[in-house]
Amino acid sequence: MATEPVLVRAGGTEPLYIRRFSRTERTLHWVHASAFMVLLGSGLVLYVPRLSEAVGRRPLVKDIHFDTGLAWMLAIALIVVLGDRRGLRRTLRELDSFDRDDRLWLRRIPRPQGRFNAGQKLNAALTASFALLFAVSGLLLWYGERDNRFRFASTILLHDGLMFISIAVVLGHLYLALIYPSTRHALRGMTTGSVRRDWAWQHHRKWIEGRQSSGE
Amino acid sequence: MGAPADEPKLYGRRAFLGVSAVGLSSLFWGKPVWDSVTGVLRPIRDALPPGLVPSGWRIYTVASSMPSFDPQTWRLRIDGLVEKPQTLTYHDLRKLPRAEQVSNFHCVTGWSVKNVHWAGVRFRDLLAAAKPGPDGTVLGFVSAEKPYFDTLTLQQAELHDAMLAYEMNGKPLAREHGAPARVVIPEMYGYKNVKWVERIVVLNQVQPGYWEERGYDVDAWVGRSNGY
Repeated sequence: MATEPVLVRAGGTEPLYIRRFSRTERTLHWVHASAFMVLLGSGLVLYVPRLSEAVGRRPLVKDIHFDTGLAWMLAIALIVVLGDRRGLRRTLRELDSFDRDDRLWLRRIPRPQGRFNAGQKLNAALTASFALLFAVSGLLLWYGERDNRFRFASTILLHDGLMFISIAVVLGHLYLALIYPSTRHALRGMTTGSVRRDWAWQHHRKWIEGRQSSGE
Repeated sequence: MGAPADEPKLYGRRAFLGVSAVGLSSLFWGKPVWDSVTGVLRPIRDALPPGLVPSGWRIYTVASSMPSFDPQTWRLRIDGLVEKPQTLTYHDLRKLPRAEQVSNFHCVTGWSVKNVHWAGVRFRDLLAAAKPGPDGTVLGFVSAEKPYFDTLTLQQAELHDAMLAYEMNGKPLAREHGAPARVVIPEMYGYKNVKWVERIVVLNQVQPGYWEERGYDVDAWVGRSNGY
């Protein structure tokens, strides 16, 4: 079994940090996350009768919900256009591909993982498809209010269903990122961009090995 | 597949495309499937304490706050093309012949609430004292929630299950459902079921209501209007 390479920063014993997420990746994550929270909050006010009554101002809340949705789509598009597109393409390839270790990992057999583990890859795919479905159903709700051709009886069901599943997924995500001791260090990677090398060696060993062999 | 077992598989895009395809196609099968699932689960839902499962209602409003109801000061005016304009107190309204019904409520946006128990007054009884004149063929409902307004023809309002309701599921109408009185016309989508009614004006022609000015059909028959 491989052991962690001894890597000590010259003149000190502090752990060495390595870069896990680029600025583009982090911007994408946080723009998506904050838009999601605003959309969830305003959406719940529109959806839950008790909240609707307490808050009132439905037309305003509706505008906030819709405009946030538009701003979110625009911001995501801008990040993709203006950000590190080559890096994003590389990330996309990483997220797309599940090697043998990933497939075993999904069956709860511990195997070394790359920069993203198989669960994170699935989460990314789910998040992307939910973003698409939220946007399509949300726009259909908006246009359906104005034009019969866009009105489907099931649109609201889809939008609500996505909301319920998203809440569950986000709660799991928050638990792993904020509470669960062995994974919560990952949050540092998403805020500052880098993570402790020893932590990465434990959780994303193939990523570290790949970096070493490619001389990064 | 013939590929070696350690060849990477493109599960990422498959998951993305699969979930997206299921989600998009659900626009065409979602509601019928959901209705049959909730039909099967109904006994379980009814056995659970109320409030645990979402009631299915969504509270749609157009003003910045909901009207509040004070039984002392509330009045219902009935005027327009009538012989004797009326002003009813809440007490007067409750003294009129009481009607009850269990009916389904459908919103044009796609959600429904089944088996709602309403109590209220049939429009024929409500209008008896005011006596609409011969050209009074349409009822205009003015909501205390400004500027909400909608109309029904007298014929529509006299359907066997249309009423001005003041009770829902055995309790006085709650604020968010239009306290103290709202229109109930189950054959038409929710936007015709005006909440917080404070004035009924008898007219000689149909006028577009709040949502009808924004694109919905004037005759809002469930399943036969608004593109369905």
